Order: sequence, then C-alpha cells, then structure tokens
Amino acid sequence: MVNRIVVGAHYGLKDWLIQRLSAVVMAIYAVLFVVQVSALPSFDLAHWRALFAGGFMRVASLLFLLALVYHAWIGVRDIFMDYVKPAGIRLLLHTVTVLFLAGCLGWGAQILWRVQ
Amino acid sequence: MPDATAERVRPKFLTLTEIRLPLPGFVSILHRLSGAGLFLCLPFVLYLFDLSLESEASFRSFQALVSGTFVKLVLFGLIWAFLHHFCAGIRFLLLDVHKGVDLPRARRSAGAVLVVSLVLTLFAGIWLW
Repeated sequence: MVNRIVVGAHYGLKDWLIQRLSAVVMAIYAVLFVVQVSALPSFDLAHWRALFAGGFMRVASLLFLLALVYHAWIGVRDIFMDYVKPAGIRLLLHTVTVLFLAGCLGWGAQILWRVQ
Repeated sequence: MPDATAERVRPKFLTLTEIRLPLPGFVSILHRLSGAGLFLCLPFVLYLFDLSLESEASFRSFQALVSGTFVKLVLFGLIWAFLHHFCAGIRFLLLDVHKGVDLPRARRSAGAVLVVSLVLTLFAGIWLW
C-alpha cells in the first residue's frame, strides 16, 4: 500500500474536468465543421480557403486545436501512467508528448493564419 | 478452517487472447485505441490540411494524395477512429452525469456506440468518395 498523506483536495480534478470541457468544445466544432463543409457550393481551393479566411472559422479552428492538444495530453498521459512503470522512461515519453503536441499546435496555427 | 491471516491468493487471468470483454469494456478499450491512433496520426492530418490550403499546386497534390487507395484506407480508418471516439465520448459524458448507469442500459448504449459509429463511417465514406 502506498502510504501517502493526503493534504488538500481535488487531485486530478482539474485535468478530469478539462478533458471533458475540451471534449465538448471539439464536439461542437466537429458538428459546425461538417455543416460548413456540406454548405460549400463546391469543394475547390477558393471556397475551401474562404471558409478559413473568415475570422470566425479561423478562431474556432484554433480553439478546436487548443482543446485537442490539451485533451490529447491528458489522454496520452493517462495511457503512459497505466502501462509504463519505470519513472525515467515515463518522464521521457511525457516530455516527447508535450513537445510533439506543442509542435502540432504551432504548425496548425501557422496553417490557419497563412490562409488569405 | 481457512486461515484468515494468510494473504488470499487472487486469481490472475491476463491472457489477452482469451479475455472476453463485456460490450462496455470493448467500447472502452476501443475508445483508448482510437484516441491513441488519432494522436499518432495528427501530423499526417495537419500535413494534409496544410497541402489543401497552401497553393493551387499543393491543392492538386492534396487531391491526388487523398484519391490514392492506401491513403483512402488510412483516412477511412481515421474517420472511424474519430467517430467512435466521438460517440463513445458522448456516452461517457452521459455516464458522468449518471445517465444510463444501470447495466442493461449501459450494455445497450455500448452496442449503440459501436453500431452508430460504424454506420456514420460508412456514410462519411460514401459522402467523401
């Protein structure tokens, strides 16, 4: 048994809550995205670009990406906590995950803001 | 008389090929697997998104790429992973607020998640190709 003295409260509650809130954000965006794409007169570069050039979808997409990155971090961290026991390897995997997700976020933001 | 002080040896049964998960357990592990798959394929999806928006030439190579059989299969898998994760996620959110927690309803909703995500994947496939 782990002899841990518990002081304070809500261990992990913040992450648990953020995982659910980010899920709701992504679900709303997913529905919005499908509606917007099916409303395109035709799928060509001009219409596809116009979708993201408008301020609303650009910001909404960034919020989606932010939610995704945080959501994925909590999920992948939980997977590593469940299956990877050696602390060193786990720390390495956590670090790689954070860097990977931060990179994806930066790349995604760059793609969105480059659209004219 | 059993010795109450002796530590009880609990049976361990972790033969992955022989474990038969109940339906909700199956949905749960698929939720994890689909999430991991989506996470790993994130750079590929961003790459496709980048190609689709950058220029006329890149848009054409995007179209050529997504009409290839292998990429189509990968995308089909990713769409299923997303839809399964989406449907199972909604089920988990409902369970969090104590909706459908009793066993018969939890089993039915788990089955519904599997069926609905597969049907939606099929529709998405027909719609896209």
